[in-house]
Amino acid sequence: MLTWIALLALFLFSGATYAFGRRKAQAMAARGKPGALHSLPGYHGGYVALWAGLPAALIVLAAALFGGRMEAALLRADSPAAVQALTDHGQAVFFDDARAMAHGTQASETIYEGDLRTAIEDKAVQAKRLQQLIQYGALAAGVVVGLAGLAIAYPRISPTFRARNRVEGWIAVLFIACAVTAILTTVGIVASLVWESWRFFQSVPPLDFLLGTAWDPQIAMRSDQYASKGAFGAVPLFAGTFLIMLIAMLVAAPIGLYSAIYLSEYARPLTRGVVKPLLEILAGVPTVVYGFFAALTVGPIFREGFNNLGGLLVGGPLNGLGIYLSQVQNQMALVAGAVMGIMLIPFVSSLSDDIMNAVPQSLRDGSLAMGATRSETVKQVVLPAALPGIMAALLLAVSRAIGETMIVTMAAGLQAKTTLNPLDTVTTVTVQIVTLLTGDQEFDSPKTLSAFGLGLTLFVVTFILNVIALRIVQKYREQYD
Amino acid sequence: MPAQRDDSQARGTAPVHISVDRAYTDGPQHEVKIRARDVNVFYGDKQALFDVSLDVPEKAVTALIGPSGCGKSTFLRCINRMNDTIPGATVRGRIELDGEDVNDKAIDPVILRARVGMVFQKPNPFPKTIFENVAYGARIHGLTSSKAELEALVETSLKKAGLWGEVADRLHQPGTGLSGGQQQRLVIARAIAVSPEVILMDEPCSALDPIATARIEELIDELRHQYCIVIVTHSMAQAARVSQKTAFFHLGKLVEAGPTGEIFTNPRDSRTQDYITGRFG
Ligand SMILES: Nc1ncnc2c1ncn2[C@@H]1O[C@H](COP(=O)(O)OP(=O)(O)O)[C@@H](O)[C@H]1O
Ligand SMILES: [Mg+2]
Repeated sequence: MLTWIALLALFLFSGATYAFGRRKAQAMAARGKPGALHSLPGYHGGYVALWAGLPAALIVLAAALFGGRMEAALLRADSPAAVQALTDHGQAVFFDDARAMAHGTQASETIYEGDLRTAIEDKAVQAKRLQQLIQYGALAAGVVVGLAGLAIAYPRISPTFRARNRVEGWIAVLFIACAVTAILTTVGIVASLVWESWRFFQSVPPLDFLLGTAWDPQIAMRSDQYASKGAFGAVPLFAGTFLIMLIAMLVAAPIGLYSAIYLSEYARPLTRGVVKPLLEILAGVPTVVYGFFAALTVGPIFREGFNNLGGLLVGGPLNGLGIYLSQVQNQMALVAGAVMGIMLIPFVSSLSDDIMNAVPQSLRDGSLAMGATRSETVKQVVLPAALPGIMAALLLAVSRAIGETMIVTMAAGLQAKTTLNPLDTVTTVTVQIVTLLTGDQEFDSPKTLSAFGLGLTLFVVTFILNVIALRIVQKYREQYD
Repeated sequence: MPAQRDDSQARGTAPVHISVDRAYTDGPQHEVKIRARDVNVFYGDKQALFDVSLDVPEKAVTALIGPSGCGKSTFLRCINRMNDTIPGATVRGRIELDGEDVNDKAIDPVILRARVGMVFQKPNPFPKTIFENVAYGARIHGLTSSKAELEALVETSLKKAGLWGEVADRLHQPGTGLSGGQQQRLVIARAIAVSPEVILMDEPCSALDPIATARIEELIDELRHQYCIVIVTHSMAQAARVSQKTAFFHLGKLVEAGPTGEIFTNPRDSRTQDYITGRFG
């Protein structure tokens, strides 16, 4: 609350200094000849406002963000013997509780008696004082810095002062800060992924994880339970992911590509104007809808088809296959893969269509004028010219197929199996991450941590895919630009 | 959408404009290769060509000149039926290649275009190697039966186009890596590799520097001994240098045509006079 009031006050102060600086510059402009002022008065005002507002605001914000930590650190600086006798964990709880007492927030249920009782009461008082010290200290610092900024910037206003360049410099800093934020966030995510994975690999050796063929993360809740250890071999998960991705791409790549060819090379403008938006609407269907379409519609239809086919084969020379087919279940890799492929069609076709449209008409004309037919032109000229883009589109689709979760959860089953049989149930990396992390979980059990191991591996795979895609695109660029 | 054709009205009528098409007769070998009669072209509702009738001589260069948008490219595209590829374009009238109507149902535009090659304003080599660019037509039309034959064809075509010396050692590098002038000669090599009878050139030098332009002009002058060439150009000087016959178009109409020397020294129509003296255009 105090922070918000302080920020608002700073904002008003900074606005006032803007007007102030602007007026001074305007007065100078009025006295001089036109063009005598290097920068427009607004820039001068902005320059003063930045100096008066920005550093002070940063101080107040820093106090709000890091004040708590500072307080905790100071609180721990000298602790009585009774507290030092506690375990590390006990000490952490103690200080958290002291601060909770001070600020009236939720404390743990630990009961403190004797020396500890007096110690915690002391510390609570101290915490309250520290908090006030930090808050008011920051406010005071903000006021001083704000005034100092004004005192520094205001006298600088003069006809020759390059306020415009300074202000634009600050704006550039703002842009850089935004870019850095985006990058740092990504780096932070990757770092946490790596860190948690590292913790996971403390309990499960990386090689067992990467090459193990058994996936069974259920760990006993109590140590006396049977089947306690769990198995963390990721091979079945990656096999399942790969199988479903393969099926999806077998559906999406040809259909998507051929419809793109139709749209960009054969369809009349009118047809194209109708079909393309329709396809793009298809791309906006939420994946959960595809998921229940797969689970409730496609799954049963496929099962029935295979069961009937199996019924026909039973008793014949293919008896074994017949029996197998007649026992196929609703949930299978084929269903999930096929529906995912359908989901990816508009993705592939829309991107490829854009790419083929970007192939210059002059190339088509050149080929047609050589006496090539339309289809020869597509095959020999348009597709090769569009190839890098199409490759990139396909790799993006692969990335999406690997990362897709919903359809697989609903239509492929949850059983981890290393198989290339599309009629079998399989599970994928993403589905397992979801099941590992949903519900109440203890955070540092290998079971939960294995999600990070999977996430990291998935990240590495998609990263490599993207690098390859970029390489291909670059290589073709060099060749044909 | 294929262009609709209507040649019923083309026959028998004595068009007005033909009177100004003075034949180019510089020896008996210059028979008429292409005979256009009453050609009208529409883009949707908009008419781009009005009753154009023109004779194009064999083994000579015919230049089409005129201000932008007067229909030169449109006329050129009628000859190899490239207008068929433009949605909404309609061609009426009769265009004969060696006495045969190119718009006849019996003529496959794909075969026609192998007989009538085309070079465009902007060099448009395919995203393939130099070799494959030149071999393109031969592969499509099955002109060669062995690798050696194909290699020989590529070599002779590049030699005819005056490019062999510059690319002989890098045949398998992308054609798009060449300079603009080299690309345009590559495209000419690609066109002549299928042994066309006619080569249409639509402002082939407008994207080139003066030196590259001079190379192309020399090349055109050499090629005219073997081919019937029709060239659209914006440069009066170029028309005067490379062509034997010149046709002047204005607002979709053929104003006058005749031996280049005569058109430039003694135009009969005042509009031609104005154009070649630079009064408009
Ligand atoms: N593809 C097209 N669609 C519609 N109108 C066209 C098209 N091509 C040319 N035109 C029109 O036809 C007229 C003649 O064009 P064009 O033959 O390209 O002229 P030029 O080559 O002499 O500059 C112009 O008015 C132009 O706007
Ligand atoms: Mg033109």
